[in-house]
Amino acid sequence: MAEFIAYLIAGIATGAIYALAAIGFTLVWQTSQTINFAQGEFVMLPAVLILLAVKLFGLPLWAGGLLGIAVFLLVFGAGFKLVVVDPMIKHGVLPLAIATMALSIIMKEGAKDGFSAEAQSFPSLVPTDMITLLGASISLQHLAIIIVAFAAIGLLQWFVGGTKLGRQMQATAQNPTVARIVGIPVERMVLLTFLLNAALAVVASLLISPIYLAKFSNGETIGLFAFIAAIVGGFNQVRGALVGGLLIGVADSLAAAYVSSQYRLAVPLVLLVAIILIKPEGLMGRKEERRV
Amino acid sequence: MSAPALQNPAAAPRRPARRIDAALVALVLGAVILWFAPVGMGRYGTYVLSLWLVMSIGVMGLNLTLGYAGQTSLAQAAFMGLGAYATAILTTKYGVSWYAAFGLSGLLTFAVGILLGFPALRVRTHYLAFVTLAFSTLIWLVLRNEQWLTGGVFGISNINRPDFLGIKLFGALEFHRFVVVVTLILSLALWWLIRSPWGRAFTALRENPVRAASLGIDTRAYTLLAFAIGSAYGGFAGSLYAPLVEFIDPSPFSLSQSLFLLLMVVAGGAGYLFGPFIGALLGVVLPEWLRFAGSLYLIIFATIVLALLIVCPQGVSGLFERGWNAFRRKSGGAR
Repeated sequence: MAEFIAYLIAGIATGAIYALAAIGFTLVWQTSQTINFAQGEFVMLPAVLILLAVKLFGLPLWAGGLLGIAVFLLVFGAGFKLVVVDPMIKHGVLPLAIATMALSIIMKEGAKDGFSAEAQSFPSLVPTDMITLLGASISLQHLAIIIVAFAAIGLLQWFVGGTKLGRQMQATAQNPTVARIVGIPVERMVLLTFLLNAALAVVASLLISPIYLAKFSNGETIGLFAFIAAIVGGFNQVRGALVGGLLIGVADSLAAAYVSSQYRLAVPLVLLVAIILIKPEGLMGRKEERRV
Repeated sequence: MSAPALQNPAAAPRRPARRIDAALVALVLGAVILWFAPVGMGRYGTYVLSLWLVMSIGVMGLNLTLGYAGQTSLAQAAFMGLGAYATAILTTKYGVSWYAAFGLSGLLTFAVGILLGFPALRVRTHYLAFVTLAFSTLIWLVLRNEQWLTGGVFGISNINRPDFLGIKLFGALEFHRFVVVVTLILSLALWWLIRSPWGRAFTALRENPVRAASLGIDTRAYTLLAFAIGSAYGGFAGSLYAPLVEFIDPSPFSLSQSLFLLLMVVAGGAGYLFGPFIGALLGVVLPEWLRFAGSLYLIIFATIVLALLIVCPQGVSGLFERGWNAFRRKSGGAR
């Protein structure tokens, strides 16, 4: 039982990271119908940029952190939308999805060649101690991840549902044409969504890098699991992405412990196939009307 | 079994038929050039050329699925892996001839394509992408973990190259010519398929599925067929790949390779007959030319693809077509 609780907490912690990335997926999907195959790299890169800023300019950690995050938001939040998405959006989903695949190669190889092929340690804001809870020893880092990730998601929900700006954003996501008619600056709202996506990626990066180290290849698994989480939960729902992320994280953690460490990756995939066959729109998803 | 003919007098002038015949001539001419091309290129150059053709076959299959039937498959590299491993295991462990193994690889991947596509396409069209994503990763796990069958991470070595009518094809040049012939046969088969009523049904599906259905096309059956044939081409490509490299391990058949193949289809031009050759040229040969750049070559390659897609989402073939149309309009106006 104690063991089970420990695996559960670890699963919820990684699941929260997947959820952050998956929520970014769904936000960007809702406002611009873009599937971002570079989402995993979005989570990998901020930590690498921060370490790079510290190494290149000899800055203290907090300054390097601010610089790295600012550069990331500018290039991969705003720049991504303006340079890649805007010129391509009119040509449909597929070329754009392929373009984000190319972007993911650039980000991954760029981190490898521009920074390091080796995993680098990333400072943790939380002590690496273990505490005992219900007889299970649990790492403080995992608890911190869960708390911060949920706080970020709660903040996002409050912003989207409780502020004027957020409601304008939501209106844009649901129906851009009508939003434009009632005077919402649609373009600015879409840009805001991309910035939020990048910001969520930064939070995920800061949370996960102390545990998994900063490494160019981190994005592969995170991207795959976040993508699965978004599908499982329902691609058009922020709530769905949260549920999907947690489900996938817990399934992965328990599978590694109780099924087989070699085939742990298979469990979320089987879950994915089972769910889309039974409930194609995802657990929390809405059915989208078929447009002729 | 024949497709309902899509007779639309307004959209069926005679010119397309003539252009497709030009495609046939280009295919045969290309094969002749490639037959002699490696002279003086050395072993490695010849190998890269053969690899280009083998990848082109895999990309061709994906082009049928994506470019003609409008379905996204994220498992083409996994199908290549199935073909490569089936061929390697059959020929090294059971002494089956390469030709039989080649046929069986195609059959196996065709059958798996049906098995995967049937439930996925029954639900809703773009779920094929998700199912193939899962399949791709599962195949990779099996290839890596089932050591008794696949050799695990150590792979399978000493894969022999086949004979042709008693001629041994051990040399790079001889095997290259063999690859040229097989590629020609497979691309001719595809050229015929696309021109046939079946192929027109595929295209009708891509252009407007609802309208195709209203014309009496069984949308699901045709989409499934296109995906299964496309997968079989992946199997054929893998079956040629194994004797070409003579050693296989799981890494070239991972999910990221499937994504890379998708990149090649779109960069070359999805839905164009020659798109796959151009795409594979970009994905296989260009990195060789960029080798001087060292490890930066992937970044340069991806940047080129990204820039290309931003400028022309129809890929290189689309760029050519655009240029050709502009040229014709210009010369037509001068007349």
